[in-house]
Amino acid sequence: MSEPLLEARGVVKQFGQVQALQGADFTAFAGEVVALIGDNGAGKSTLVNVLSGVIAPDAGQLRLGGAPVRFAGPADARRHGVETVYQDLSMAPDLDAAANLYLGRELLRGGLLGRLGVLDRTAMRREAVKAFAELGVTLKEVTAPVATLSGGQRQSVAVARAVAFANRVIFMDEPTAALGVVQRARVLETVRRVAERGICVVLISHNMPEVLSVADRIEVLRLGRRVASFAAAGTTIEDLVGAMTGSLDQDRPAPDTGARNAEDLR
Amino acid sequence: MTATTGERVEQGPSPAVSWPRRLAGISELWTFLVLAALVLFFSIAAPGKFFTTYDLTQIAVNAAIYLVLGVGMTYVVITAGIDLSIGSVLVLAAVAAGEYNIGHGGAAAGWGTVACCVLIALAVGAGWGALQGLLVATGKVPPLIVTLGGLGTALGLAELATGGQDPAGAAAANLQNTLGFGKLLGIPWLVVLAAGVTLVFGLVLGGTRFGTHTLALGSNPAAARRAGIRVGRHLVQVYALMGVLAGLGAVMWLASYGTTSIAGHATDNLKVITAVVLGGTSLFGGRGSVLGTVIGVFIPAVLTTGLIVIGVQQYWQDVAVGIVLVAAVYVDQLRRSARERS
Repeated sequence: MSEPLLEARGVVKQFGQVQALQGADFTAFAGEVVALIGDNGAGKSTLVNVLSGVIAPDAGQLRLGGAPVRFAGPADARRHGVETVYQDLSMAPDLDAAANLYLGRELLRGGLLGRLGVLDRTAMRREAVKAFAELGVTLKEVTAPVATLSGGQRQSVAVARAVAFANRVIFMDEPTAALGVVQRARVLETVRRVAERGICVVLISHNMPEVLSVADRIEVLRLGRRVASFAAAGTTIEDLVGAMTGSLDQDRPAPDTGARNAEDLR
Repeated sequence: MTATTGERVEQGPSPAVSWPRRLAGISELWTFLVLAALVLFFSIAAPGKFFTTYDLTQIAVNAAIYLVLGVGMTYVVITAGIDLSIGSVLVLAAVAAGEYNIGHGGAAAGWGTVACCVLIALAVGAGWGALQGLLVATGKVPPLIVTLGGLGTALGLAELATGGQDPAGAAAANLQNTLGFGKLLGIPWLVVLAAGVTLVFGLVLGGTRFGTHTLALGSNPAAARRAGIRVGRHLVQVYALMGVLAGLGAVMWLASYGTTSIAGHATDNLKVITAVVLGGTSLFGGRGSVLGTVIGVFIPAVLTTGLIVIGVQQYWQDVAVGIVLVAAVYVDQLRRSARERS
């Protein structure tokens, strides 16, 4: 395979007494769906927070598009084309779908009005409708507060927001956890479609059958380290569970060696 | 609503969002209806006496300062905050401006002094507000406590500076005769000023990035932060805006009454918060409008004048406003929980 689009090497993060990440590695390629799995407390959320710029690692390196990168915050990560769909969707429930889509990067009018910060609502609504349509979503009312939408529609708005602005990586934290069967299928279809555009989708999920059906590759975290990396084809749920629980350690030299390099993987 | 992510929802107008429903959903409408009913009631109860130009002008002049304060408070409450200190900040700004005026000509002071007084009042308000905003933005002390401390401190400082007595000559005749008693095309300047402030900040809230960020951070601070909005800085700006408008209120007060009225602003905060909440702005943040606050300011004002005109003890006004206030928040809660369930 070619050079990784996003890569983490030996990431360490400590919260007080807790070593959430103990030299974790992560590799993701453009145009693929890679699932990040692990038991509770394995360090998934911490790793995703590091990769999306929410928290700064204590040690280790991030590389984006082959070059070392250091995110000053989630907004900085977004400027690098890295978007996140948070599990809680991270929306302002009192604002409408278009305002949420453009939250923090509002479109302004031209000229003096724009310099005064006057919004171009017409353009934002028009673009929002377009962005939703691309995902096959038709909102009954773009002007209704997001709180009045159904769970699935809210999810769609969050995904549409990430898709509209990401040009490299999208993290999706449990994107289907709160959804019904039909909506779940729809979101997974969207995930595939986004990856086909050459964007890397990192899926954090607990649902093993879902992971195997939608992901190209699966990376497994355990105790703050990557312990395995599978191609989805030919991998079984037993393999994944084995790697998560530690009965099968494929990618770790020995339990008590310190940080290690992703090079071991190749 | 049936579960349909992405399922094509039927296009075009559906009966669920017909215009009467939509109108009913506008929170300002309800308060406006209450206001209209009050006006109607008093006009019928005291025909020819209530709806006179004199009454209207009087109501508007009385409401002007509260309106200016209410505009700032609308922003603060939308961020899920509160500012109890406004009355004290108004007094402190008035005292600072008044003391400068006394030292530079007193009642006969020239226009240069008047201009300096105005700037001093606005700056004192802005500084005080920004300081409170900074404390709120740290997230360590809730706004209620920050501004409760500010209420005591600002009033104390004003009393220390004056020995607790309203100083004579705090306002220049130049200020009183223009902004205080002057009129533009028959409309008092105080009212024109208040209307201008209301219009500008109403448009800012509804139509600009600043307004959207205010609503967003009140609605979900975590989401606002993740979206790259500098939440702390924005809070400082919102509280500073409240302070500036309290400073402007001080100027209007000096112009209108010619004295600092140190002891006269203890309940400004409650009156203004009442107006904001009556106007449909949610104490939980994220929702509200300046238009609603305008209506909220006028309900108590109309009640007071109306009760006097029909010869009922005006103290009934306090009773009525108290009941309406609790009812307004109760309805807001119902609406929120109905929305969460949908």
